Amino acid sequence: MLNILVCVKRVPETGARITLTADEQAIDTTHLGFTISPHEECAVEEAIRLAAAHGGTTRVLTLGPAGAVEQLQNALAMGIEEATLLETDGGDWGPQATAAAIAEAARARAEPFDLLLFGNESADNGNYQVAVRVAAALGLPCVTGIKGIEVVEGGLVARREAGGGWEIFELPLPAVVSVREGINLPRYPSLPGRLRAKKAEIERVTPSRRSDGLEKVRLVVPAEDGRPVEILGEGPTAAARVVDVLRELGLVAS
Amino acid sequence: MILVLVEGEAAPAEVSLEAVTLARRLAGGLGLPLEAVAYDAGAAEGLGAHGVSRVHVVRDERLGDYAPEAWAEGVVEVVRRRGASIVVASGSDRGQELLAHAAAQLDAPFAANCVEVRAGDPLELVRQRWGGSLLEEARLSGPVKLLTLVPRVLAAEPAAEGVDLVVEELRPELRDEHLRVRVARHEEPEPGKVLLTDAKVVVGGGRGVGSAEGFGSLEELANLLGGAVGGSRVVTNLGWRSHADQIGQTGARIAPRLYIACGISGAIQHMVGCRGAKRILAINTDRHAPMVARADYAVIGDVQEIVPALVAELRR
Ligand SMILES: Cc1cc2nc3c(=O)[nH]c(=O)nc-3n(C[C@H](O)[C@H](O)[C@H](O)COP(=O)(O)OP(=O)(O)OC[C@H]3O[C@@H](n4cnc5c(N)ncnc54)[C@H](O)[C@@H]3O)c2cc1C
Ligand SMILES: Nc1ncnc2c1ncn2[C@@H]1O[C@H](COP(=O)(O)O)[C@@H](O)[C@H]1O
Repeated sequence: MLNILVCVKRVPETGARITLTADEQAIDTTHLGFTISPHEECAVEEAIRLAAAHGGTTRVLTLGPAGAVEQLQNALAMGIEEATLLETDGGDWGPQATAAAIAEAARARAEPFDLLLFGNESADNGNYQVAVRVAAALGLPCVTGIKGIEVVEGGLVARREAGGGWEIFELPLPAVVSVREGINLPRYPSLPGRLRAKKAEIERVTPSRRSDGLEKVRLVVPAEDGRPVEILGEGPTAAARVVDVLRELGLVAS
Repeated sequence: MILVLVEGEAAPAEVSLEAVTLARRLAGGLGLPLEAVAYDAGAAEGLGAHGVSRVHVVRDERLGDYAPEAWAEGVVEVVRRRGASIVVASGSDRGQELLAHAAAQLDAPFAANCVEVRAGDPLELVRQRWGGSLLEEARLSGPVKLLTLVPRVLAAEPAAEGVDLVVEELRPELRDEHLRVRVARHEEPEPGKVLLTDAKVVVGGGRGVGSAEGFGSLEELANLLGGAVGGSRVVTNLGWRSHADQIGQTGARIAPRLYIACGISGAIQHMVGCRGAKRILAINTDRHAPMVARADYAVIGDVQEIVPALVAELRR
């Protein structure tokens, strides 16, 4: 039996370009949809698979604005059983405040979690630390960047890519693990899953906010180098011109 | 004192020397000494020339292989005993993980993936968000501040004047809980395989390739050029390629001499993975695709006609 918590974060689905709001404090989301990090999608999938294989419960949690219910519902539609929204009034919470609120919510449950799954880093802020801070607050062992989890007698075997090979970690349960995309191929939500998710009750909690030592001043879109593109041609007849370029670059013998 | 974490076994890792270079500039700006923490005496080699006056080499009989919580405890003890106010590491997997653990234990703030840091209190810094497609100017404040430096944005340089280096053993007071998580064994990379991250030419395919089978001609092209095949998230999500081939924010960061992007639109999350490419050749039906605008060369048209023609031309 495994009681599993998986933590996801609502982020804008940016396309080819990022536009900022006039005050440079956020991405302009007027024309954007929202999603979660691919790492977190994989964490959701992993939670569902582990609970199916070993029995247990699954809960998804997010700290974010009311709109983040959409991301919780997507996880429910994939097959997660229950959801918690730590509701904020929008705006960025720093990693110390985020981790403290998540740890507090985990601690408040009558049944403790056996496994807490996170993404290796959030898509937007990329702080690389919320999972580790939650583990420290709960006194649990933690490993990050994992691309393979196996439940064994007394604990977990977790694989992390390192220099083209693998590092294989062993750790006891309960534990905190952050995962990377590639650990599995997430399923698409089914239609019945979507219907169930729409009706599911979502637990709402108002988190308390502690101070953070990392404070955003403003966001900046990096300048592109603006090199002009040379169109070598259209269609297959451009092949000869491409081979000339490969020669110029020294990639094929002349 | 400013503390820098130095990875490496026989010698300091190049990415750690980049972190040392940043840490030394901060130490100079603040008028503070520079010390290092390492996990192998080899990593201390030559650090005096980089301005490090003292290296604390963490030792414990129970420490065999990498154990994140125990290694991080080494950082925590040096910070406490020697009074470090800033801790710097490279933004490698271990760098991020160890500073996150140390920051949690010290209840101190941690800014990951900085590209610029100005000496001062609070520290004013610029860090990457969205894998580098967005930058954040931020302030980091507190009695102890931790930060990692994005690898390969700052060239490692020795100090103008080297200093005498003292190498000391550090025996942290490890409790059992520090040793709960550890590397039990390793699996070596497949011999002979060209890694995407090391390839001199990468042929990448996106949704425009059309199918898993469509990658056949991309494989041929990569073989002829001694390169590797990669792809966008769409093709790994559709199961056309394995995730190991994915280039981008949640995949590999490549740095080839030439990246040939076939049927890839050029979303920012893809572009941060191929920014290291010296040159980009886009093959796309859409002349207005962002990838075409961001490339050095482009061929407009269908991948399934152009790539086979290119293979035939190279075979002539
Ligand atoms: C947090 C986050 C992380 C992400 N991480 C990654 C990542 O690591 N890597 C990644 O790639 N994406 C990532 N994405 C997804 C990314 O936003 C895009 O959805 C994805 O890169 C698009 O893939 P694509 O270019 O293959 O497909 P599309 O955007 O659909 O583009 C297909 C292109 O093919 C062209 N085309 C179509 N037919 C042909 C033909 N016959 N011949 C030639 N050209 C043709 C079209 O003109 C178009 O330009 C991430 C997204 C998020 C939100
Ligand atoms: N606001 C949030 N709500 C829920 N989980 C979060 C939130 N922010 C971060 N996380 C989790 O912590 C991981 C690491 O985030 P970060 O430290 O910001 O890179 C993410 O992949 C999520 O799993």
